Amino acid sequence: MTFRCWAQLTLAQWRDQPWRTLTTLLAIAVGVALAAAVWFVNTGALAEFGQATRRLVGESDLIVRGPARTGFDESLYPQLARLPGVETASPVLELEVALAERPGTLRLLGIDPFRAGQIQPTLFAELSGEFLDLFAPDAVFLSVAAAHKLGVQPGDRFDIRVGTGRRSLQVLGLLSDDAYPRSLGLMDIASAQWTLDRLGTLNRIDLRLSPGSSPAAIRARLAGLLPAGVQAIEPAIERDRAVSVTRAYRVNLNMLALVSLLTSAFLVFSTQSLSVLRRRTGLALLRALGLTRGELQRALFAEGIALGALGSVLGVLAGHLAAAWLLHRLDGDLGSGQLSVSAAALAPQPLAALAFVLLGTLAASAGAWAPAREAAHRAPAQALKAGDAEPALARLRGGRPGLALLALGALLACLPAIGGIPVFGYLAVAALLLGGVLLAPRVTATLLAHAPRSGHLVLDAGLAQLRGGVGLVTVGLAAVIVSFSLMVAMAIMVFSFRESFVHWLGEVLPADLQLRVAQGSDTGHLEPAQQQTLAALPDFSQVEFRRIVPLWLDPARPAITVIARDFVPGRGPAVLPLLYPVPTDPSLATGSSADAGTDTSTATAVTAAADPATDPSTAALPPLWISEAIVDLYGWQPGEAHELPFAGQRRRFRVAGVFRDYGRSNGALVIERAVYRRLSGDARASEASFWLAPNRSVTAAIETLRQALPGGRDLELLESTQVRELSLRAFDRAFLITYALEAVAVAIGLLGVALAASAAAVARRGEFALLRHVGMLRRQVLAMLAGEGLLTSLIGVIYGLLLGGVLSLVLVYVINRQSFNWSVEFAIPAGQLAAISATLVLAAALTAILSGRAAMSGETVRAVREDW
Amino acid sequence: MDPTARVVLRIENLVKRYRPERPPVLDGPSLTLHEGEYVAIMGESGVGKSTLLNLLAGLDRADAGRIEFDGVELGSLDDDAATLLRRRQMGFVFQAFHVLSYLTVAQNVALPLQLLDVAADQRETRVAAMLAAVGLGGQGDRHPRELSGGELQRVAIARALVHRPRLLLADEPTGNLDPRTAAVVLDLLRTQARNQAGAGILITHSLAAAETADRILVLDGHRLEPLAPVRDNSPRAPMPGAAR
Repeated sequence: MTFRCWAQLTLAQWRDQPWRTLTTLLAIAVGVALAAAVWFVNTGALAEFGQATRRLVGESDLIVRGPARTGFDESLYPQLARLPGVETASPVLELEVALAERPGTLRLLGIDPFRAGQIQPTLFAELSGEFLDLFAPDAVFLSVAAAHKLGVQPGDRFDIRVGTGRRSLQVLGLLSDDAYPRSLGLMDIASAQWTLDRLGTLNRIDLRLSPGSSPAAIRARLAGLLPAGVQAIEPAIERDRAVSVTRAYRVNLNMLALVSLLTSAFLVFSTQSLSVLRRRTGLALLRALGLTRGELQRALFAEGIALGALGSVLGVLAGHLAAAWLLHRLDGDLGSGQLSVSAAALAPQPLAALAFVLLGTLAASAGAWAPAREAAHRAPAQALKAGDAEPALARLRGGRPGLALLALGALLACLPAIGGIPVFGYLAVAALLLGGVLLAPRVTATLLAHAPRSGHLVLDAGLAQLRGGVGLVTVGLAAVIVSFSLMVAMAIMVFSFRESFVHWLGEVLPADLQLRVAQGSDTGHLEPAQQQTLAALPDFSQVEFRRIVPLWLDPARPAITVIARDFVPGRGPAVLPLLYPVPTDPSLATGSSADAGTDTSTATAVTAAADPATDPSTAALPPLWISEAIVDLYGWQPGEAHELPFAGQRRRFRVAGVFRDYGRSNGALVIERAVYRRLSGDARASEASFWLAPNRSVTAAIETLRQALPGGRDLELLESTQVRELSLRAFDRAFLITYALEAVAVAIGLLGVALAASAAAVARRGEFALLRHVGMLRRQVLAMLAGEGLLTSLIGVIYGLLLGGVLSLVLVYVINRQSFNWSVEFAIPAGQLAAISATLVLAAALTAILSGRAAMSGETVRAVREDW
Repeated sequence: MDPTARVVLRIENLVKRYRPERPPVLDGPSLTLHEGEYVAIMGESGVGKSTLLNLLAGLDRADAGRIEFDGVELGSLDDDAATLLRRRQMGFVFQAFHVLSYLTVAQNVALPLQLLDVAADQRETRVAAMLAAVGLGGQGDRHPRELSGGELQRVAIARALVHRPRLLLADEPTGNLDPRTAAVVLDLLRTQARNQAGAGILITHSLAAAETADRILVLDGHRLEPLAPVRDNSPRAPMPGAAR
């Protein structure tokens, strides 16, 4: 068959069924557009992240990093600068400073301009203003993004917060977007140390090595020189870490966006199957006229490819536009809050665009393959006879492959993540989904076979029609089963997560009031004297202070969070949402181990597991509690002894239990503040919880707290109920895009149902007309169709619920756990699922009626005559 | 019949069964068809007339026996080769017309030529001539929905003959038509089969239709017997021994 002949037949076929063709195109386009938009937005944001990290890393060969908030003594700097093989050493104080009168932080870099100019030349290349003015004590250069965020221009002043007080900085000039695309401030290091109360402290030193020096050799030499908790990191690791923080979220979002594409593939399968079925005599005729089996299969397959390619091109264009809008309007943040960018431009990505066109085409081709193959292998002599639709579809029933895929899915779900990405989890979902769809015809046939007869002519006629056309029914339902089951799975996963989150919030917020000096900042804190002042206030019966500090356990991973908290005597870790403490641990109830904390600076990094019940040396160590992420990412287990670096010394602790932490997926650990204070010398607090004394009002207590401290107006003070509400709002916002993507997938699935219903109605015009001829009333025919629609969609919905339930187990226990390193309690949103199911069933019934009305709108006599 | 004419089709002892537990639909009929011959095959419903036609066209496979078309044994061909032979050498007319609704009349008729990759200008000329021959001259742009049953069957006949096949196979071509239209279509079929095709087989229930052929055979499942000529209105008896 020539291309010209194929094109003529295909175009004529499309023209004959314009709405079917357009809807299929639209479904593919939407699927591709969503996937492409999410990808383009994420890559746009990541490109900005990458550029920003490259600018900060500059030409350094090694980056020496210490704890961000406590840092290390600046005396390390001359030692490293004099080290053989080090050409240039640049001292840095890098902090997230709290802003006054506005929420959020500003990343501020204190640098030695002459040293930094050699290592990060691009950062200084386009500095506007006088370079030497940087030495003024309150002078700061801002990136364009930071100036925009703060609403300031060169010459303006703005306030930052240090402790609970304020400091004023003057903007001397701007760094162009090319120099640094994100929010950043640059200060002279001495000014920064002075202004930020970090005299004598650094937290980073950038090293450029002499030509010929090996970074690995220098790293090895530094190992003996650097205090505990300070690490020499290669720039590549530094760059990758910024990307890896959001990897799991991005992959999840990409997978979710691909759901629409997957649904589109099944929609193509449905429409092509029905189209092939509708054209079965025409196709058999072509075979009779001399079209070979291979030619027919290729022609039909090419039809699917053509639809896929066209839809994909449209989808990529739409995806590009959507991504540009999202980057412009939402700063590229798709819900995680971690990928927010300010100046990301959407650069053309021809390779990615081509990949999405291919992906969309592949999805459509996959959908078109089975119907094309089926049509080509049908005996033309039989197909030329009317009414062979069901035998033709019988081959599409895949009982054994379906069961095999289900078994494969179950097996894949047991495999671990690869590089923190639940690859096998996603494959398990795909296998279970496909297996479920393949089993659908068999299950549907069984259900229909057992459906009781009503004794009502109209309903029984509908049931008989469905029994005789199980293949047709399930082909029409394929897209909706896929989208609905995935939606059910997502709904269960999100609901389970939300319920667990609500429960967790209740556990971690037992107090009446929460105080935070400045969220996410390295400079906001309460001094010990201020803590005493607050603790002495008569408004409160109990106060708990917490110190939050980031800590690097592995330079290739993001920092974990150390939470040093004041345990309530006698209650100990009861304020933690503990999952499993060590059952024999004697100190769990008291948490009073301030006398312990052995200096093990000469010990190895991680000690072996020890049973505290049998190993007295481990039992005597101070306890720490780890979040699930520490178990997953670092392999720590309760009962083991591990080391943490504090104040340049390695200290041994005993893992006393595991707690759930939905706030920090990179890992957190809790130690008693008295222990932390003694080991680190850091007596500051980052946040506090207050329990009201009897008969005290919250409003009055908040006012008392604000007046008790200088800068009290800047404190973040919220009732625990408000924190819960805000947290839940943030949670829902994070899943908004999830809901949106799911809704689109279900809409595409419903489109599939509508197309199937309309195709079936058109194919059955002769039957309707015949029924009218033998005396069935129009409304009886419509009632029969409504009954059929109700029954089929009910089967689809029940099947989707069951399949979705199975998929949700993988999402909850495999994908969620492997992606975010926290566990979730399984919960089913019965009301939500019932409402959606009812909507879907009614929509399908309505679609069946509307399709039937449309099909019967023509001339009855003509419909009978046209049954050829 | 010209005894010197070439043999177009030779059938020997064909056997076809659809289910092993049931008797065969065809059990040994034989037939020889010469160039220029146009025969009608009659028989009761279910005796295997359509099955015979499908076997001749290579649309189905015989369980035993032999079909030779222009010296080529169909049983030795794989599906693709049989299809290509059908494409080049055979033309089909069906009772249910089977005209593609989404193509115009001219496009429907041109299909076999397109499959044979005939150049566009030649194709147009031949389609126009064929349409004119079946009485549909100038109506190539119409759509099948606009045509009557008789017109649809003319389109089908034009399509079956436009590529000048060696063998025309017509399966109850007048089954859906009124007697007057049927007579016109049969006349057309006969004329065009003789003009365009090497040989033709007409399957029919109608004696009137069968009488338009050069000879009439009756299929009873086992044999193809010539229908005995009668002078009155009583049914004709088969002529023994005349099958071959």
